[in-house]
Amino acid sequence: MGALTRLAQLLGTLLVASAIVFVAMSVLPGDAAQLRLGMNAEPEAVAALRAEMGLDKPVPERFVRWLGGVATGDFGMSGTYDVPVVELMAERAEVSVPLALLALALSVGVALPMGLLAAIRRGRLPDRLVQTAAQVGLSIPALWLGLLFIYTFAVYLRWAPSGGFPGWQAGLWPGLGALALPAIALAIPQASILTRIVRTAVTEAMDEDYVALARAKGRREAGAVIVHALPNAWAPILTIVGMQFGFLVAGAIVIETVFNLPGLGRLLFQAVAQRDVTLVQGICLVVVATVVVVNALCDAIAAWTNPRQRSAA
Amino acid sequence: MLSRLCLAVALLVLPLSAMAQVERPLVVGMALEPPHLDPTAGAAAAIDEVLYDNVFQGLTQIAADGTVQPQLATGWEVADDGMSWTFTLREGVTFHDGKPFDASVAKFALDRFRAAGAENAQPQLFAAIDSVEAVDPTTLKITLSRPDANLPYSLGWGDAVMVHPDSADGNKQAPVGTGPFMFEDWRRGDRVILTRYDGYWGEPARVPRVEFAFVSDPGTALASLLAGDVNAYPNFPAPEQVPVLEANESFTVEIGTTEGEVILAINSARAPFDKLEVRQAISAAINRDVLIAGAMYGAGTPIGSHMPPHNPAYIDLTGVNGYDPDRARALLADAGVTNLSLTITLPPPAYARRSGELIAAQLRQVGIDVSLKPVEWAEWLSSAFKGKDYDLTIVAHTEPNDIGIYGRPDYYFHVANARLDEVLAKLGTEADPDARIGLLQEAQKLIADDAVNAFLFVLPKIGVWDARLTGFWHDSPIQANDVTHVEWKE
Repeated sequence: MGALTRLAQLLGTLLVASAIVFVAMSVLPGDAAQLRLGMNAEPEAVAALRAEMGLDKPVPERFVRWLGGVATGDFGMSGTYDVPVVELMAERAEVSVPLALLALALSVGVALPMGLLAAIRRGRLPDRLVQTAAQVGLSIPALWLGLLFIYTFAVYLRWAPSGGFPGWQAGLWPGLGALALPAIALAIPQASILTRIVRTAVTEAMDEDYVALARAKGRREAGAVIVHALPNAWAPILTIVGMQFGFLVAGAIVIETVFNLPGLGRLLFQAVAQRDVTLVQGICLVVVATVVVVNALCDAIAAWTNPRQRSAA
Repeated sequence: MLSRLCLAVALLVLPLSAMAQVERPLVVGMALEPPHLDPTAGAAAAIDEVLYDNVFQGLTQIAADGTVQPQLATGWEVADDGMSWTFTLREGVTFHDGKPFDASVAKFALDRFRAAGAENAQPQLFAAIDSVEAVDPTTLKITLSRPDANLPYSLGWGDAVMVHPDSADGNKQAPVGTGPFMFEDWRRGDRVILTRYDGYWGEPARVPRVEFAFVSDPGTALASLLAGDVNAYPNFPAPEQVPVLEANESFTVEIGTTEGEVILAINSARAPFDKLEVRQAISAAINRDVLIAGAMYGAGTPIGSHMPPHNPAYIDLTGVNGYDPDRARALLADAGVTNLSLTITLPPPAYARRSGELIAAQLRQVGIDVSLKPVEWAEWLSSAFKGKDYDLTIVAHTEPNDIGIYGRPDYYFHVANARLDEVLAKLGTEADPDARIGLLQEAQKLIADDAVNAFLFVLPKIGVWDARLTGFWHDSPIQANDVTHVEWKE
């Protein structure tokens, strides 16, 4: 597929996604201006604020205006915070992006060796242990895991703060320290899914003729798997990693709330509750774009690492 | 002899050293983050909870006991006809950027928040003000269009704090006030940081720095206290955890009252709620003690009308339409209402959702078919409150001294009662304290007798803090976390 087609697809996805979000936010009952002024507001004051926020214009007009702004890099002002949306998102991305990358690295770092081990020792004790661990990891809700971590490591052992984020200006280690527990809590369910995928993909590849051939040539089992089976198993693994990135973003809302992290997930949650349409739009657009780009990247890497896929594409 | 002397000296010195004040920053936890930091331009209670008294001050102040005290005004006088008030302003007051405060600044601030189209959330407080005049730097004259005995009280609200013309527009992001604390930083989503203002006109703040940390999850709130990351929650969000904290010697737990009357509002514009018997039946079906035990884990005080028990004018009316399921069934039968089915609309706060479940069960006991409709705040405000599209709904009215809402013809629950309107109108102009109490009590009785709403309980102020801290407010006569007198001992 050509790069241009890809780009067109990406833009199309973003357009459709933002239209859906805009319409959804518009049909939700609740008036941002009334919310801001509260129960004792005069109707005139509410009307004045609505006009100032542009809420008195029809939905299509507001959408087109917003779209025009975005095309020139202007994501608009947040209705509740009175601050440019881009500024708010940039502040929050400082927390959410490192958190997501950390969780992804942890998840892949654990799942790859575990999945390989299970595949190589298929049916035996290590395999069964890994499978059980993955099942447990999948069954624990992130919310509960987060609270468990807080009580163990923050309240009881006092190794880490119970939540909050000191900001990167406080230094790299305090920042990473605040992200460690949430990243682990976020990574565990992801690592569990990925472990299963790695095991299945590698196991399937191991049944292929070329691995049998490698074995016949006297390669040891582990060597045969890592050199021959793993490269061919990359494609499904990478696809899943790309998809997981989307789940990471979604899971971040829960984890950021439990650990009281000022991230994009919590900002989105607040923005929906406050009917802050421009803010919701901005965050959704960035999240959708990230997920789409990461998926495309994963596909590209998978194609590039696998000669057979490359020729097929 | 010597040993006795030593003991005497030790006894004298020990309490002193134990009482010694410590310069240590304070971290105060709050459940909600303010959307911005200008108390004169928004309804969110969280704005006042960070800034009132700490950063911003008014001409008057509402103190911990709910009384009106002088603040930037040292005194005031009302003209004999009640149509104008003269305030004497404090000298030597500066804003945190060094700019002086005087009558022209006060005039600017008052005119700003009561201007047409201003974002002020409490316009009714200043509705009687006709004009403001700076007579000289320390004299401010406010002329009214009708007498308003409540003016000094109204000017003590967060919505009436003093702002400077040069900094007013920036207060949403970087507030500049005259209080003992000045704004340092707002890490959005995490905390607001205030530091002691050295140029403060009054008694300096007792902690060098205060951080208001925003912790939305109740489970995390408990953990943050136990882990020592947060030192105090003036309003702890999880009543179910209070026994855990009370059992822990490291913490002080103080349960006070607030101005938050939790009511089951009744839409009497809709049949059959326009019938007195039906409203009485709904009230009589509700067991407030069960409600407080179940929804609030025992914290909360039952009420029978729209006033909190700490108010001097409070009278106990919980017996009017008190719990009596048999009477409730009889009243429904008298009204000729059978097979009543209704919906309770529930906004997000935990007190509303939990109370809703219990009230539904209690109403079913008297034969009313109930369904619950949980909604978000924004939806509640537009559809239930403003659109009056609801049967019953549960909400806390947190504005202090807000009995006047029963005189508003277009209010979301209003029941027409000519005598009540008369009493409330008189209250707006009556200045004599004893006469005011009499009027307030009559209004409470009329509201209770009319069963305008089912009155449930007053929200508790669950204060939890490090046992080494003193100086927090016990009750919450206004929505504020005044930390100007909070200090560390030891």
